[in-house]
Amino acid sequence: MSERNSIIGKIDWVTVLIYLALVIIGWFSIFSAKYDEMHPSIFDLSQVYGKQLIWIGASLLIGFVILLIDAKFFNAFSLWFYIFFLVALLAVLVYGKATKGATSWIEFGPIKFQPSEFAKMATALALAGYLDRLDVDLQKRKDQIVAAVLILIPMALVLLQNDTGSAIVFVSFIFVLYREGFPGAGWAMTAGATAILLFVCTLLWSQKVMYIILGSLLVLSVVYYIVTKKKGIVKMLAVFAFMFVFVFSVDYAFHKVLQQHQQNRILVMLGKLDDPQGVGYNVHQSKIAIGSGGFTGKGFLQGTQTKYDFVPEQHTDFIFCTVGEEGGFVGTAVVVLLYVALLVRIIILAERQRSTFSRVYGYAIAGILFVHVAINIGMTIGLVPVIGIPLPFLSYGGSSMLAFTMMLAIFVKQDANRLNIL
Amino acid sequence: MRTKNNNLSTRKLLIIGIFIAVGVAFVMKLFALQVVDRDYKEKADNNALRFVTQYPARGKVFDRNGELLVFNEAVYDLMVVPKQLSDAIRKDTLNPFDTLMFCRLLEIDKESFIERMNKAKNESMLKPSPFMTQVSKENYAHIAEVLYRFPGFYFQTRTVRHYPNSIAAHTLGDIGEISKTELDKDKEGEGYYRQGDYIGKSGIEKSYEKELRGVKGLKVMMVDVHNREMGSYMDGALDKEPVAGKDIYLGMDAELQAYGERLMVGKIGSIVAVEPSTGQILAFVTSPTYDPNLLVGRERGKHYQELKDDPMKPLINRAISGTYPPGSTFKTVVGLIAMQSGSITPATCFHCSGQGSLPIKCTHSHGSSPDFANAIMNSCNPYFYESFKATINNPKFGGIKEGYQYWKDMTYKMGLGHKFDTDIPAERSGNIPSREYYDKMYGGQWNSVTIRSLGIGQGEVLVTPLQLANIAAIIANEGYYYPPHLIKCFGDTTAIPEVMTTKMDPGIDPKHVRVMKRGLRTVFSGPHGTARRYELKDIPQCGKTGTAQNPHGNYHSNFIAFAPEENPKIAIAVIIENGGYGATWAAPIASLMIEKYIRGYTVREDLEKRIMEGRISYKNER
Repeated sequence: MSERNSIIGKIDWVTVLIYLALVIIGWFSIFSAKYDEMHPSIFDLSQVYGKQLIWIGASLLIGFVILLIDAKFFNAFSLWFYIFFLVALLAVLVYGKATKGATSWIEFGPIKFQPSEFAKMATALALAGYLDRLDVDLQKRKDQIVAAVLILIPMALVLLQNDTGSAIVFVSFIFVLYREGFPGAGWAMTAGATAILLFVCTLLWSQKVMYIILGSLLVLSVVYYIVTKKKGIVKMLAVFAFMFVFVFSVDYAFHKVLQQHQQNRILVMLGKLDDPQGVGYNVHQSKIAIGSGGFTGKGFLQGTQTKYDFVPEQHTDFIFCTVGEEGGFVGTAVVVLLYVALLVRIIILAERQRSTFSRVYGYAIAGILFVHVAINIGMTIGLVPVIGIPLPFLSYGGSSMLAFTMMLAIFVKQDANRLNIL
Repeated sequence: MRTKNNNLSTRKLLIIGIFIAVGVAFVMKLFALQVVDRDYKEKADNNALRFVTQYPARGKVFDRNGELLVFNEAVYDLMVVPKQLSDAIRKDTLNPFDTLMFCRLLEIDKESFIERMNKAKNESMLKPSPFMTQVSKENYAHIAEVLYRFPGFYFQTRTVRHYPNSIAAHTLGDIGEISKTELDKDKEGEGYYRQGDYIGKSGIEKSYEKELRGVKGLKVMMVDVHNREMGSYMDGALDKEPVAGKDIYLGMDAELQAYGERLMVGKIGSIVAVEPSTGQILAFVTSPTYDPNLLVGRERGKHYQELKDDPMKPLINRAISGTYPPGSTFKTVVGLIAMQSGSITPATCFHCSGQGSLPIKCTHSHGSSPDFANAIMNSCNPYFYESFKATINNPKFGGIKEGYQYWKDMTYKMGLGHKFDTDIPAERSGNIPSREYYDKMYGGQWNSVTIRSLGIGQGEVLVTPLQLANIAAIIANEGYYYPPHLIKCFGDTTAIPEVMTTKMDPGIDPKHVRVMKRGLRTVFSGPHGTARRYELKDIPQCGKTGTAQNPHGNYHSNFIAFAPEENPKIAIAVIIENGGYGATWAAPIASLMIEKYIRGYTVREDLEKRIMEGRISYKNER
């Protein structure tokens, strides 16, 4: 059997088919969103849908090449990938081109390229490569610091580009750290969730109400500890102290740390601010578009909301609107289902890996994909503030299409090769 | 990494749980949004929106006394949204679009219809573009009645400028439809304008475009398939009120400006009058001029072409774009620099042999060795050539080139050889040659004799009337000036740009300027003063004539002046191209302007008549 045949037999077709389904749904949605009577062909290369086809073709080609490369290559060169994209991120800061407030593009002649999309994959590779080393133990302080720094450097560089959305994606590495037993990762996840809850509640109800709620909980807990004579009352009190300080500082942090447009986006999501001229407009129109789809949708190319320029960024960050308007609840539910299936599949595959490298990498990309999907879809239906990051495999854009495809292809290759690892 | 404990793999359950929980939450929310809540469906039905731009009223312009110079008149632009039209044609076959009737209403032919439509389509299928701008009131009334039959079209009200006094065309400037170049430039920066918008093209309309235009507003209307407005979208939540433009008060005195324009009829040249204590321009006359109302409305293009083709070039603002040899008016500059550098004193005498003087002969008759006062009164050429020579040869500079550099720097500080860059567009720099220029010209071998013409304001030196008026203001103020500018203040409390309120000091001791001032007074009052014929008993005037050789024919008649001698209210420069002696045309015009401004009326009727009726013939006149 030739190398090629053997690879076709070993790759996980569930993953690949879900991937292909999403890419095709995306391409048709972009066509529908940007449909132009004067250019009625989906293959018209002068239009964004034609261009997306080029990106899809290029992505499939690169994905195929990755499947043919020796699986060990990615582990061996993980650090070099990482360094390469760190340099690219630095280059963006120096030579980059600003779009919509963020400086995240770099131009090579006619080709624009967004290194931050690739930096996520490179970071996943570097972290996997590092944890794969035999002398690395996440219980050791030094190794914990190295792992954290590997994640924080690209995150900081992306943040310096003023691309908050892409920086938030790096938070997704908490999942893989948790899985690999990084001390405190589970605690951090709980604390993070609690912090978001306290933050939202404080903005919704005011600090006074939160003090009353926390105070009541504190009294109940103290009574409970005393009655049951449980140990650790000091720890419990410390946790409450932190929560009080947090609530106390929410107002300050909200007004002083966040930029005005970020504040507005959060207030709009909470329904506290009616700003339909600015951010509110996007979300309002996006919800109208999705909501007007009904159960079965208006049908392919029959959407009105997404075509008349009502929804901004409809072919990039708001592509999910087109799915919702033309595919209805059936369409959106299928897309959500496909994403959940893909994420769960990646976790299952990751768990069956023999090498730490493959497992860590699998968990890392599952986290990255999850954060992208959760934030993007959540934003279009008003559950998450507006954060401009693409919907993987669906949104228009060469950099994100290439980066997500490469990210997934590398994992599929590792998985296909898992039996060769002793 | 060593896999120490395998029970870590149970952690996958929490992660998978989170993924599924979020997925379920999304599906539930989507179900609520898409299936349960019918509200969004209705909203979408009403969602054919029209974004109507609300144009703010452009700011008005007043003169220094509050007289209205520019205001707005309403006109109607017919707009089209190509996509709405093509949708309607496709869907609504029962009620076909009657192109023929439409064309007849607008008084255009079918080709013009197609051409306009294609232009709109190229701009945007979805956004409104102007189909026909400034539709007449009569046509507007006819078309508005039947507009419901033409989906995709609607009217937008806009205003055009009107100039009640028909004066100061170049200063006030004009507005016109934004050009492709201007649009592209705007897209790089602010991104405020759309195709079809109006923008200041010249004059203060251009320099104060941002203040005058205000901020566009927006009205979002819902329209049904028959192109009828169904009311405000989201109760007007998206609407934005336009912000009216700021009014502007100019330093200009409308009456003085109109008087100046009357005096200049039949002559080519310029009058610039400034208020010395502020730098505000009181009169900014260029001749020939035109009626600013010509460049308004649909005939604008035609009139513009006519003015452009006129051989007398009425579109040029000679007050700032004309560069002239200053002639003897420049002796003020030469004299001040010579005194400031210590190269001469008021008592210094230079020998003059009249017509026989070398290397520059004298055209005036006076005593043979005049002192400074006599020299300025009689405009003695050898005296100022010698003063110029004494300045650049002054041993304290260590060399003639260094001396010349000092001299050039001083002229720069007095506002010559560069633009003031206040609020007057299309200003030119004039010319004071650099050291390097002469090095190149004479291969490094030059001295005070080579460049002697500079001493009497001839040769390479070129000034604009505005720069010359500023020289008069410097002497009037006994040493300082404010950069000359058009604006007095805005209609609100906005401060005018700092560059116009910054006092400039050329570094000439007031005591030298006072000597000069006394000298310029004798030009009117002295027995041999070159402008003695225009002396007024009750208004002490100071001035200096200039008669400048030029390559275009007869001498240019130049004059600078200010009055009254103490606390001057007005400083002025007049240049009449090919007018002959400075005392023939420029001096009486300046004197009449001074009288008109200070007194409010004039008493020298004969003189006024002679000037107003005077015509100078020019080679290029039709």
